[in-house]
Amino acid sequence: MKHRYIPMTETDRDEMLAAIGIATVDELFEDIPEEVRFKGELNIKPAKSETALMKELAQLASKNADSRHYTSFLGAGVYDHYKPIIVDHVISRSEFYTAYTPYQPEISQGELQAIFEFQTMICELTGMDLANSSMYDGGTALAEAGTLAAGHTRRKKLLVSATVHPEARDVVDAYAAGQFIEVVTIPQTNGVTDLEKLEQLIDGDTAAVLVQYPNFFGQVEDIEQIGKIAHDHGGLFIVSSNPLALGVLTPPGKLGADITVGDAQPFGIPEQFGGPHCGFFATTTKLMRKVPGRLVGETTDEDGRRGYVLTLQAREQHIRRDKATSNICSNQALNALAASVAMTALGKVGVKEIAYQNIAKTRYAKEAFEKAGFDVKFGDIHFNEIVVDVKKPVAEVNEQLFQKGIIGGYDLGSTYSELANHTLIAVTEQRTKEEIDALVQEMEALHA
Amino acid sequence: MRNENQPLIFEVSKEGRIGYSLPELDVPEVDLANLLPQAYIRSEEAALPEVSELDIMRHYTALSNRNHGVDTGFYPLGSCTMKYNPKINEAVARLSGFANIHPLQEESTVQGAMEIMYDLQEHLSEITGMDEVTLQPAAGAHGEWTALMMIRAYHEANGDFNRTKVLVPDSAHGTNPASATVAGFDTITVKSNDNGLVDIEDLKSKVGDDTAALMLTNPNTLGLFEEDILKMAEIVHGVGGKLYYDGANLNAVMAKARPGDMGFDAVHLNLHKTFTGPHGGGGPGSGPVGVKADLAPFLPKPVLVKEGERYTFEYNRPQSIGRVKPFYGNFGIYLRAYTYIRSMGPDGLKAVTEYAVLNANYMMRRLEPYFDLPYPQHCKHEFVLSGRRQKKLGVRTLDMAKRLLDFGYHPPTIYFPLNVEEGMMIEPTETESKETLDSFIDAMIQIAKEVKETPEIVQEAPHTTVVNRLDETKAARHPVLRYKEKEEELVNV
Repeated sequence: MKHRYIPMTETDRDEMLAAIGIATVDELFEDIPEEVRFKGELNIKPAKSETALMKELAQLASKNADSRHYTSFLGAGVYDHYKPIIVDHVISRSEFYTAYTPYQPEISQGELQAIFEFQTMICELTGMDLANSSMYDGGTALAEAGTLAAGHTRRKKLLVSATVHPEARDVVDAYAAGQFIEVVTIPQTNGVTDLEKLEQLIDGDTAAVLVQYPNFFGQVEDIEQIGKIAHDHGGLFIVSSNPLALGVLTPPGKLGADITVGDAQPFGIPEQFGGPHCGFFATTTKLMRKVPGRLVGETTDEDGRRGYVLTLQAREQHIRRDKATSNICSNQALNALAASVAMTALGKVGVKEIAYQNIAKTRYAKEAFEKAGFDVKFGDIHFNEIVVDVKKPVAEVNEQLFQKGIIGGYDLGSTYSELANHTLIAVTEQRTKEEIDALVQEMEALHA
Repeated sequence: MRNENQPLIFEVSKEGRIGYSLPELDVPEVDLANLLPQAYIRSEEAALPEVSELDIMRHYTALSNRNHGVDTGFYPLGSCTMKYNPKINEAVARLSGFANIHPLQEESTVQGAMEIMYDLQEHLSEITGMDEVTLQPAAGAHGEWTALMMIRAYHEANGDFNRTKVLVPDSAHGTNPASATVAGFDTITVKSNDNGLVDIEDLKSKVGDDTAALMLTNPNTLGLFEEDILKMAEIVHGVGGKLYYDGANLNAVMAKARPGDMGFDAVHLNLHKTFTGPHGGGGPGSGPVGVKADLAPFLPKPVLVKEGERYTFEYNRPQSIGRVKPFYGNFGIYLRAYTYIRSMGPDGLKAVTEYAVLNANYMMRRLEPYFDLPYPQHCKHEFVLSGRRQKKLGVRTLDMAKRLLDFGYHPPTIYFPLNVEEGMMIEPTETESKETLDSFIDAMIQIAKEVKETPEIVQEAPHTTVVNRLDETKAARHPVLRYKEKEEELVNV
């Protein structure tokens, strides 16, 4: 058969068979025992031409309601933010996307330097000493932070605030189970971690306290206080943070965090149905040799030129094998590149401006809902998210909104029984005043 | 090529330049001081670069020119399957109906996306011969861990809490023992025999009622098919253990043999290897896991199912190991893998395997006179040469790898697997032409000649890259992991 991805001709094949000294390709498969040899043809769909396949898949894509055709107020950890057009141009350079892990630094300086810059930008935003080259996503990064803490402190309990993203908490549970670590949820009160309950739950076997900043409800908690409580009991303090919010918020590194993780999706990475996004992992020099995943470091070549290499690899699975504390190898390099380009485009001024706009817009939405008579829950500061009591099933509300071209909020009752009939509405800088007004108007009409 | 240092983006930054475009704020301004305690308002700006859009494009273009990808040239990195990344894949992944959908939308509004995921599961089940597939794991290592957690849950559900050991051959990828450890198991190493295959007697002596699973790559990392696979399955199943297939090397057997038919109970695939999701400079990948029916109750949540004509995520799975990743995995990579499979069809995938194997054997036979070949039988998609002949002349495999850079090639995987001295693991893939293979072979032959005649050319390589050999010891002893205006090394307290 001929295929555009397979360049060998029949002449090539015959010459190669002759060089090997065999008559047919089948002879190369004779070491597969007869009983397990697959005979016949795989029962999968036949090949399609480029045009026909593109048409079919474009039709499937058009069956989905996307945020270019609908106005979306859905966030809950994944956001529709400004994506500088330049991002896709950079990551489409195939010298980047068709390369693999930079094992040969002499011909991978581009990727290595880009990662080094990513590490620096994450350090700048989080206020931590160092950051790795990326993790799968914010949820698994948080889970790995938890298992690292358990290994480091030799303790077997993690306290996770109920105000951490519910799916991230689920992932923490799954990872912890792997290493026989107990996970206890700290209840929320008024949209923030219940400090009294935290004081009751924490003990000498607590490896770490895990919180989110801003939290799942968009609230900015007094995390410094939580960090003190964790440290008073000899545990680590782990903060999952939206890096975009850190344009205006005090970085976790200045508030006592030992590890700051999160997802860089808000920086130039499309929602794409939940992945791939881009986890990050930042920590202190004290924990440097326990960081999971790849680290890029600066060095020099034989002639003294500056260059970059993968470093401190003694931590990693391919060296430590069964002594490794994490098994991660491939991470999200291309998305880390995308996030770097977006962070670079925003720059020192833009990252402040975009974070501020998100606060202003969320504030506007909160006040608009309140003016319309809705009960908007919790404190003064809201980043991206507000909790609105709709007094009826959120699914019903969302169905009605969808008819009007609006993708509604996240149904909090699905994960927080105390918040049944409450929707989590996300507002980013992408939403205009008119769109917010229209949402409030439609919801008011449904409310009546 | 050897220029001055390539500046960091921070070094070209200039106060007052911007590279973004945000709309004017169309809602009232807010005073942060009224909303937040002072302690939570950032006092020191994050020192991100201040550059124009052209500055950004020039910077990253310069970086890309200092990087070698498959589109740049041949990349025979063993066990990584550096095949061509089709461009239609990229076009499909960028369709707005795929790129701009939110994972928490009502299911009725994302049926097109769910249909593709479901159909991909079906295709991967057929290709691997497994009963059910979860797409969720984010990469191969994540898939290994997911499958091991399922195997652990399976044993525990049988009241079998003593199965604490996972057997791993000495030729295995480093992720295997690491995944076993993070899934709560102890790793037991199984020896290879003189033919490079698992030593059956050693395996027999190590299995028992404490065996949870055997992890196996087949063909193994030497590129050799484990011919005794059925016997191994019998031994492991005989003591109540499970058989796990590391799918990193599936490109060697697609449409020729299926893990499910070999007796494997669980398998992970690397969609970014065999199925052309690009490697991305080290991800994002995707590591779906396929299992036989008896492991299916333990699949991670949610499980994508089809009810009539409707696709839905099932959450009510009481025996599930839980959620291994937020949302549903790396959907953007599924799109690329699915597009690839649909571009190839059943004949195409079979041809992929045949040419991947033919190409590897051709290279192996042509190079055999010049390098040691510890395992001389036919290989599958990759083969491992040893540089011990050259080492005796004072030239190491590392030197030869660096010399290949001067010829414009990415070197093979080196010093792996661990059971070959001075190993060079070469995987050409099926997407390379005979001319490319021949040119690479010629370069290798020339290097072998240089080792004898002018070894210093090889020992001092590379000669043409933007930097020469970098001081890795310095990087590790005095770690500089981020840019600071005034550089300082991180001190390990």
